[in-house]
Amino acid sequence: MRHKTFLWFFLPTGLAMLLFIAMPIGSVVMQSIFAPHPAVLIEVESCTPLVGCTTETTIDQNATAALRAEKPLGRFVGLDIYFDRGHLAVDEFRALWASTDSWVGFFSELGNLPFYRAMAFTLTFVAVVTPLTIVLGLIIALAVNALHRHLKGLMIFFSLLPMIVTPLIGSLILFWMVDSRGVIGSALVALAGDPDFSLKASTGLMWVALLVYGVWHAAPFAFVVFYAGLQTLPSDQLEAAQIDGATRWQQVKYVVVPHLMPLVTFVALIQLMDNFKVFEPIIGFNAEAHAQSLSSFIYNDLGGETRQLSSASATSVMTIIGVAILLSPVLVRTWRDFKGAR
Amino acid sequence: MASRAQRMPTSLRVASSLFVLLWFILAAFPFIWTVWGSFKVELDFFSIADWTNAITGERTKAVYGSPFTATGYHGAWIQEEFWRNVLNTAIVCFFVVTISLTIGTLGGYALSRSTYNYTFWLLITALIFRAMPPITLVAGYLLPFFEWNLWGILPTTIIVLVAINQPFTLWMLHSFFKNIPSELDESAKVDGCNQFQAFRRVIIPVMWPGVITTGLFSFLLAYNDFVVGATLLSESNRTMVPAVNAFMGTTQTEGNVMFAVASVVSATVPLFILVMFFQRQIVGGLTAGAVKG
Repeated sequence: MRHKTFLWFFLPTGLAMLLFIAMPIGSVVMQSIFAPHPAVLIEVESCTPLVGCTTETTIDQNATAALRAEKPLGRFVGLDIYFDRGHLAVDEFRALWASTDSWVGFFSELGNLPFYRAMAFTLTFVAVVTPLTIVLGLIIALAVNALHRHLKGLMIFFSLLPMIVTPLIGSLILFWMVDSRGVIGSALVALAGDPDFSLKASTGLMWVALLVYGVWHAAPFAFVVFYAGLQTLPSDQLEAAQIDGATRWQQVKYVVVPHLMPLVTFVALIQLMDNFKVFEPIIGFNAEAHAQSLSSFIYNDLGGETRQLSSASATSVMTIIGVAILLSPVLVRTWRDFKGAR
Repeated sequence: MASRAQRMPTSLRVASSLFVLLWFILAAFPFIWTVWGSFKVELDFFSIADWTNAITGERTKAVYGSPFTATGYHGAWIQEEFWRNVLNTAIVCFFVVTISLTIGTLGGYALSRSTYNYTFWLLITALIFRAMPPITLVAGYLLPFFEWNLWGILPTTIIVLVAINQPFTLWMLHSFFKNIPSELDESAKVDGCNQFQAFRRVIIPVMWPGVITTGLFSFLLAYNDFVVGATLLSESNRTMVPAVNAFMGTTQTEGNVMFAVASVVSATVPLFILVMFFQRQIVGGLTAGAVKG
């Protein structure tokens, strides 16, 4: 296809992505290195007879407006926002590094800094949910594949529900059940024998609940992909393995899993990307006090009375860099495939 | 699985069936429970005293004389005007799907037929865009949208969702078009068509299965969106999901939780119907990318 033809075909979608993805990224980067102007303060001395003179500090509205009009971006602060306490917290990090002597102590202290807390949760979520999803999906696929033909379709239908449901709504549905007044929550209270046992009160339990939600939401995807892969499994390979005396477990390990390996890579890639975005369950579970992800951290900065655009932008930039790092092995591989395919 | 050697031993068969049953309960029970509970009063839905109340609806019977009540739905749809949010979601979904399929088809086709290096870089850029959490872009939208008075209205949200949708649409349609042999449009070009005519006369008639599948996923993205709707829409223009979240913010007064439960169920029903009719296409779409590797 000639360059010019390509350009015309690609123009609408390219323009949409340029205007609403690429340019906002540029704007986010700019906002992260400029801070809003502080209000210009002036001291006014007011003297009244008998009382004496007092000086009052007030905001000089005109000067502030003039300053903002002159430099609408704000004042240039370089990487200061990245290094402040709300983000990378360089000073606190250094102090901690010097003061604590064990790794455990260092990391638990680091967890008190908001940005590191959000990063720790996001990475934990990615690292726990991704492998569990793959394992659970594989087991479900093997089990459903052994079912009777008529039951298979029904199982796929119900299995799709947790994945297809809106993440916020799915997490609300689960949250109402595990809430201390809900059916699972009150069963847990009865099991624990402690009437004050509550999900909302414990950071650890809240993390577990969020991770369970993550697996529940993502397992159907892995299941469906692996199930489709099982349909293409050549039966002669399995038969050969049986003739050689392989046990059922060995058949799964040496025939089925290697056959599904490309699919495992695919599911892992998609899951890495999606789990890194984790956001809605934190809102749905009302878990901001116990767990923050990078996305919910940005959301909190953007919400509320004061929109802290600079702070949100700095976190956004670091999140995008994190995505790029996460994807770099894939990018290298795709490049090789592309070179090979041509 | 015809041969006798491949038949499972009974113990394994039982274990595997039990596991399927367990997964079935995990996947389906929360939905069934919530749908059932949405017709109860709050004290039954969250029954601390006796969990069987949630099934029998004792309190609901005491208040309304019948174990089922639609007050949650009435409150959500009429009192809180949830129908406006439903209408907004319908508008947003319709336009997002139409626009993103139109421009995505053209772009995906071009990417699948060009062999230059830049197609690779465009696809990789799209992959990175696909992996970025959408919330990272919101800080970049707010100032210009406020400045130009675009904030809070549906068209802005639609165009933003279309753009966020494009990377995925491009990847999906790119791989679908790769499966359509390029000899088809090459021969049309030999017969005197230019590229666009070849696309229109030869490719469009055969592309519908791929486009429908991609459209389903575009729909899901627009329907399930929370971030964009919650940050870029004013209160009166909210779509369903941010509206549900707003109900959650006002849970203090009694009954409001049931409004949220009713609206949650209302918002799940279309998805349920979607899976019922398009199960084959959804499964096909999920695996299409995987088979390509």
